Amino acid sequence: MNLKNLNLQSVKTLYLAEMARSLRTMLQSVISPVISTSLYFVVFGAAIGTRISEVDGVSYGAFIVPGLIMLMLLTQSVSNASFGIFFPRFSGSVYEILSAPMSYVEVVIGYVGAAASKSMILGLIVLATARLFVPYAIEHPLMMLVFLILTAITFSLLGFIIGIWADGFEKLQLVPLLVITPLTFLGGTFYSIDMLPPFWQTVTLANPVVYLVSGFRWSFYGISDVSPVVSLLMILLFLSAALAVLSWIFKSGYRLKP
Amino acid sequence: MIRVEGLSKTFRDGFKALVDVDLEIRRGEIFALLGPNGAGKTTLISVICGLVNPSAGRVMVDGHDNVRQYRKARALIGLVPQELTNEAFTTVWDTVSFSRGLFGKPKDPAHIEKVLRSLTLWEKRDSRLLALSGGMKRRVLIAKALAHEPQVLFLDEPTAGVDVALRREMWEVVRQLRDQGVTIILTTHYIEEAEEMADRIGVIRRGEIVLVENKHALMRKLGNKELTLHLHEPLADIPTALSGHGLTLTDEGHALVYSYDAASQQESSSISGLLADLEAVGLRVKDLHTRQSSLEDIFVSLVQERR
Repeated sequence: MNLKNLNLQSVKTLYLAEMARSLRTMLQSVISPVISTSLYFVVFGAAIGTRISEVDGVSYGAFIVPGLIMLMLLTQSVSNASFGIFFPRFSGSVYEILSAPMSYVEVVIGYVGAAASKSMILGLIVLATARLFVPYAIEHPLMMLVFLILTAITFSLLGFIIGIWADGFEKLQLVPLLVITPLTFLGGTFYSIDMLPPFWQTVTLANPVVYLVSGFRWSFYGISDVSPVVSLLMILLFLSAALAVLSWIFKSGYRLKP
Repeated sequence: MIRVEGLSKTFRDGFKALVDVDLEIRRGEIFALLGPNGAGKTTLISVICGLVNPSAGRVMVDGHDNVRQYRKARALIGLVPQELTNEAFTTVWDTVSFSRGLFGKPKDPAHIEKVLRSLTLWEKRDSRLLALSGGMKRRVLIAKALAHEPQVLFLDEPTAGVDVALRREMWEVVRQLRDQGVTIILTTHYIEEAEEMADRIGVIRRGEIVLVENKHALMRKLGNKELTLHLHEPLADIPTALSGHGLTLTDEGHALVYSYDAASQQESSSISGLLADLEAVGLRVKDLHTRQSSLEDIFVSLVQERR
């Protein structure tokens, strides 16, 4: 893929249209995540958290901040990107995208770029909201951004794949509900995995979200369940896997081009 | 302008939607693709526009292969789909501008305005799509297809489910576009529409192009009507006094069938001639009915002629 040949006008149009769609639903896309995150802080941080001792030298309220942002990032990336491509497929207006003089790479950059941007903005809003409840520091801000960006892109790609795979609204909800949410809750959002019995610690290592949360938390407090390098490698692995699936989808025309 | 060579499409379930289609569309013409539902009209359009991968064959758009040089080929094409598909919450202006950008063209408000005005959508430019009537929505789809200044416009069943007044209006719009030099391919299953609009007509049936012909030549073939006379008493033979009318005897002598061209003035006077002759011979007619060849009949006869 030669980047010089990228049809920037088309990509920009698609990206901006997707962003505009989010802006139209500003209320539900911004207010509701902020409210739900605030509730987590009130319940886990303020109410229960005061009875929980520090984790690795970090107060429990502060400890859950990175995990909650990850939770938001994963669910929002998947739902934005899956809805972004599913809706035009459902309404039929996808014909326009497919008949436009755009390469698949350009289509993906438009859709996934917009979904990832939106979830990153939400992640940062949650980060700012958290500040109202608990004080926290960010030790490695640059790495924090790297984790944020890579995770948003990876899970937006996953959402895009789900949006192409889904043939109904149920399936669109299925993966986030049955896979993403449980993995996130069991992925160390609310606890450090060495709080678990040894057996479950090993099982947990099979959960990809553990690496994301751990790496992200490391960028905040310098503490982690697994090495941040391993976390980074794992994210890159998921990213490659998502790209491989997508390239198969486009090569075979799966669900898009009979 | 468009050359389709040996195009076949077999879907995964084994359905053969297109069978070895060859077709050439000339620059600047209005070409009507006529066929019953399920004949392959939409599939053919979809392959040309890049929505469906062909199983065999190729499509050239103004000399560009639509797979290998898809950017150049697709940039020349505007597609108006059959179904009304719209993002309900955007405005007319935004969705039409979006289409232009998607095709890689820089912003040009003057062009968008021209397109909207020509489709009498200008007053509605700030309306959300969900607030528009069906006919308006269809015009928005046409505006979207024209936003990037295509040289070829595909209209898939542009007047399906559209009332008579609006249909005339659509035809007017299509004619104006042709006058601006846009090549137009429209699909329809209304003979009337093909007759009204097209320069040339292609008939497609079960995925095969049965014929491609100049409209006037085809319309002569389609103009036949039949008058059937049901008789009180069966006849063994056609009376000699009636032999000049070219009648055929059917239904074991109970019916006489008379074929004629409804469009011709002379012929209609010969119906009264026929009736007068019947009277003179003393044949008593129990009932009579006329019938125009239906599209399906025409297809059947076309296919049979070919074999």
